[in-house]
Amino acid sequence: MLKIADLDLFYGDAQALYGVTLEIAEREIVAIVGANGAGKTSLIRTIAGMQRPARGTIRFVGQEIAGLPSHRICELGIGQVAEGRQIFPNMSVVENLEMGAVIRRARKEARSQLERSYAMFPRLAERRRQLAGTLSGGEQQMLAIARCLMGQPRLIMFDEPSLGLAPLVVAEVFEIIRRLNADDGLTIVLVEQNVAQSLTLADRGYVLENGQIVMSGAGAALLADDRVRQAYIGI
Amino acid sequence: MRLSRGIVALALFFVAMAAAPLFLGDYPLAILILVLFAAYLGQAWNIMMGFAGLLSLGHALYYGLGAYLSAALFAHYGISPWLGMLAGIAAAVATGSAVGALSFRFRVGGVYFALLTIAFSEFTRILFDHLHWFGSSSGLFLPVTGRAGADLVSLRGPTVMFYYLLLAATAAVLLLSRILLDRRIGYYWRAIREDEEAAQASGIDVFRYKLAAVALSAGLTAIAGVFHAFYYNNLYPETIFAMGRSIELMLPAIIGGLGTLFGPILGAFVLVGISEGLTSLTAGLGIDGLKQLLYGLVLGLVVTLQPGGLWPWIALRLGLRGAMR
Repeated sequence: MLKIADLDLFYGDAQALYGVTLEIAEREIVAIVGANGAGKTSLIRTIAGMQRPARGTIRFVGQEIAGLPSHRICELGIGQVAEGRQIFPNMSVVENLEMGAVIRRARKEARSQLERSYAMFPRLAERRRQLAGTLSGGEQQMLAIARCLMGQPRLIMFDEPSLGLAPLVVAEVFEIIRRLNADDGLTIVLVEQNVAQSLTLADRGYVLENGQIVMSGAGAALLADDRVRQAYIGI
Repeated sequence: MRLSRGIVALALFFVAMAAAPLFLGDYPLAILILVLFAAYLGQAWNIMMGFAGLLSLGHALYYGLGAYLSAALFAHYGISPWLGMLAGIAAAVATGSAVGALSFRFRVGGVYFALLTIAFSEFTRILFDHLHWFGSSSGLFLPVTGRAGADLVSLRGPTVMFYYLLLAATAAVLLLSRILLDRRIGYYWRAIREDEEAAQASGIDVFRYKLAAVALSAGLTAIAGVFHAFYYNNLYPETIFAMGRSIELMLPAIIGGLGTLFGPILGAFVLVGISEGLTSLTAGLGIDGLKQLLYGLVLGLVVTLQPGGLWPWIALRLGLRGAMR
């Protein structure tokens, strides 16, 4: 579904990604793990069209999308739940959700998707008139996910969804991601520092180190790999 | 009809403003014209900063383009200021779009964007100092003849004519702002102002909507420039494109409440009121600069006590919501 080949990204003179090549099949959950500063967020931002790669190709269902503006990429069906829960704090919950239905295809579905979102996240329904900035961290993450779903994506990229959340809430978020994949058939790209949990959930994983893919394989296999365990899980 | 109180109050306000010339002499009317200039410009600037979160410190540029183009076309060829206004709007929209496109394309944001707006405004001031067609630094003057009646086509007429033109323009921009905030573009502007990255991630064409805010704000500002040219009849680059004008122009929106609908109008009354009040208060004292000092102090006080502006504070106490925010 998503095929990336030889992707190089620079910030000025500093290179952030080195020849990144990876592939994500439809209905797959793929984890991209690595330390802070390994290039995980850069990779997501490049796929989302928020950074322009210097070299390489990004093909989404056969169409080249590298260099397209971000709103065009959203229209094609790639959604993202950005790092740090980028919600609109001074807008109400329902306004935040409506803001997710920007592209034409999503606007048609907005009414029914809003109902589905409320059914999925009853807490958001209770707080629909409340300002998003007053929600708890976990609720804001739910809102960010629900807003992304409002855009009718086929593939969702999650950037550090567990960041700053309590362990119980993290488990809840991972369960939601699992269900989005299993029940709704969405393809998931999961970028995480929480290596153990994300590799457990993922079908396959890639390990990103200093802007390069250094390892890849089935989630369980990576989790069992000594190097991964030593470097990221600390066992 | 929860909104009806606000609508009634607003209607009463405009009726009172429309009736004012019947009771006021030329001097108070001239002061109300200052209020309306400030209110109108505050609203126009508010579209960029208040709605879309784009700080322009160089709006004198668009004001000056409207003023100079319409005045020069009238002075040289007798072209109606309304056609000149179209030329002024076109120039302001084109210039604003160029500044915006340049900044947004190369991701010049925040303070740096604001600096760029100053730079363009200053370039233009210096450029106009040397353009003979626009009278260069010695000024451009409009012939003041036949002031007996109101000639709406050539914008030659008494103070009261300009008063009504500005009142209509102020009401029109208020209505326009209301409509835009209710539409998709208004929501997108709010999203961009709140968090540009998140807006982009949601699929909003951030570049396009930011550019729309700049173009609209610039075009509306140019209209006030046209009225200025035909009301005052003389233009100098040093005063028209003055940095001070760009700053003065933002104050009604800041004092009244950024991003609010009625804030800039309220702010204009407060600012001109304070300014005129202080003038008469300090006139007899003969201390140079005392008025400016007090003016600055009062502004500082307002901004410190009500950083969100005066209007949200008042609207809350009047029990107004939503539509009048």
